[in-house]
Amino acid sequence: MSDKILELSHLAKKFGENEVLKDINLTVNRGEVISIIGSSGSGKSTMLRCINLLEEPTDGKIYFKGQDIQSKECKITEYRSKVGMVFQSFNLFNNMTALENCIRPQVTVLKRKRADAEKIAREFIEKVGMSAYVNARPSQLSGGQKQRIAIARALSMNPEVILFDEPTSALDPEMVGEVLAVMRDLSTTGLTMMVVTHEMQFAREVSTRVVFMDSGVILEDTVPEEIFTNPKEARTREFLTRILGTN
Amino acid sequence: MQFFKNVWETLVTYHSLLLEGLGYTMLIALTGTIIGLIIGIIMGIIRTIPRAKTGFGRVVQKVGNFIISAYVEIFRGTPMMVQAMVIFWGYAFIAGGNTLPLVPAGIFIVSINTGAYMTEIVRGGIISIDKGQFEGAHAVGMTHFQTMFHVIIPQVMRNILPSVSNEFVINIKDTSVLNVIGVMELFYQAEKIQSMNLQIFETYVIICVIYFIMTFAVTRILRFFEKKLSGKKNYVICGSQSDPAAEIRVMEDEGDVR
Repeated sequence: MSDKILELSHLAKKFGENEVLKDINLTVNRGEVISIIGSSGSGKSTMLRCINLLEEPTDGKIYFKGQDIQSKECKITEYRSKVGMVFQSFNLFNNMTALENCIRPQVTVLKRKRADAEKIAREFIEKVGMSAYVNARPSQLSGGQKQRIAIARALSMNPEVILFDEPTSALDPEMVGEVLAVMRDLSTTGLTMMVVTHEMQFAREVSTRVVFMDSGVILEDTVPEEIFTNPKEARTREFLTRILGTN
Repeated sequence: MQFFKNVWETLVTYHSLLLEGLGYTMLIALTGTIIGLIIGIIMGIIRTIPRAKTGFGRVVQKVGNFIISAYVEIFRGTPMMVQAMVIFWGYAFIAGGNTLPLVPAGIFIVSINTGAYMTEIVRGGIISIDKGQFEGAHAVGMTHFQTMFHVIIPQVMRNILPSVSNEFVINIKDTSVLNVIGVMELFYQAEKIQSMNLQIFETYVIICVIYFIMTFAVTRILRFFEKKLSGKKNYVICGSQSDPAAEIRVMEDEGDVR
């Protein structure tokens, strides 16, 4: 039985006259790892940002476990604490150490006791292989290290879904691997993940579903093998040929 | 030399008045700067509240922002000496001749005047913070106030410290205008002293030097704190970026910040 965790229904987003998302319908089941691919400007990131309400949808609804997240009954801060987000630009808090980055949100948002929060934070920092750097400040970390701490921060909130917005796009090629390795590990834990990515190998090997977006609409939504070996739409074929080279 | 003799005699005779003036000047300037900064931070937090969803909320926000802008423009656009007169005698007018106690009145005037400048300084400080810091905080579920308190304001404080120090130094000098309502700060004391010893030049040279010593000392002390807060400009990270088990050591380079 599939267990619906997120549902986007006729979601649309306009920036002025510019229609970035048009009538997006997508259902995410618990435990799925969904890669969202497509060329720049296709609306992938905007869709993810709408799910977290960092952008306000102009039309349509988003349901989290059956509840409309824009309704009055839904507390947005509580919802956001259950739906983690990892950004392209990391967005670690510059005024805190790596450890404090993972503790403070738990204490302020989830009202956890500091000692408990620290234990949880250390656990996840260990999990992303950053234990040696707990006292480092963001400015002292490399991109890959920052991103791993950002993932640990998201995990520390014990979210039900984590949204990854191009988590490796701002990294040097040699640091991409360490972040993808962490995400690969996560994908085996049953955590629901939505990943906007340009890493086709990751999309193919790790995700349970791949969504291809083009000009603000979802063109294909299927299992990875299908989309990579037998894409239905001409646009998908064109995109994959371009990004994967000639094969 | 007659001049030095006169200066010396003035210092000996009137040192208690001078010290009292110096004390009030520092007290008013320091408290005024701190309260002004608090006003600035509060205004900054209010001004950055996300746009309200309901029509009523939006009206409240519009009115609030209008009041803040009016406050800033009026207090920045008029001399503090005039503000002192208007507030002090305005109160007396309304209160039927009762006047405000002088020192608290002085602190009040300097505070709201500084608050207007600080509001703009804090606004600049908030604008300069990367948008990602707000998004990172919102994404973990922090409210606007939590975001401001835990993430944004600490970073703003660090960035605006030089401007805040500058305001403090300006306030040390500008408290002199409070003599118009009779606050016993340094300038007021000088006026009193010169009316008694009739040595106008010598007396004002003395307080000139005292003002300079105060501002110079304060500037140096605050610069020391600025450096401490900013940390070192350069550092070298030792250890491996690919090996997570490698120890991280941060070696700080000597070097001036900014």
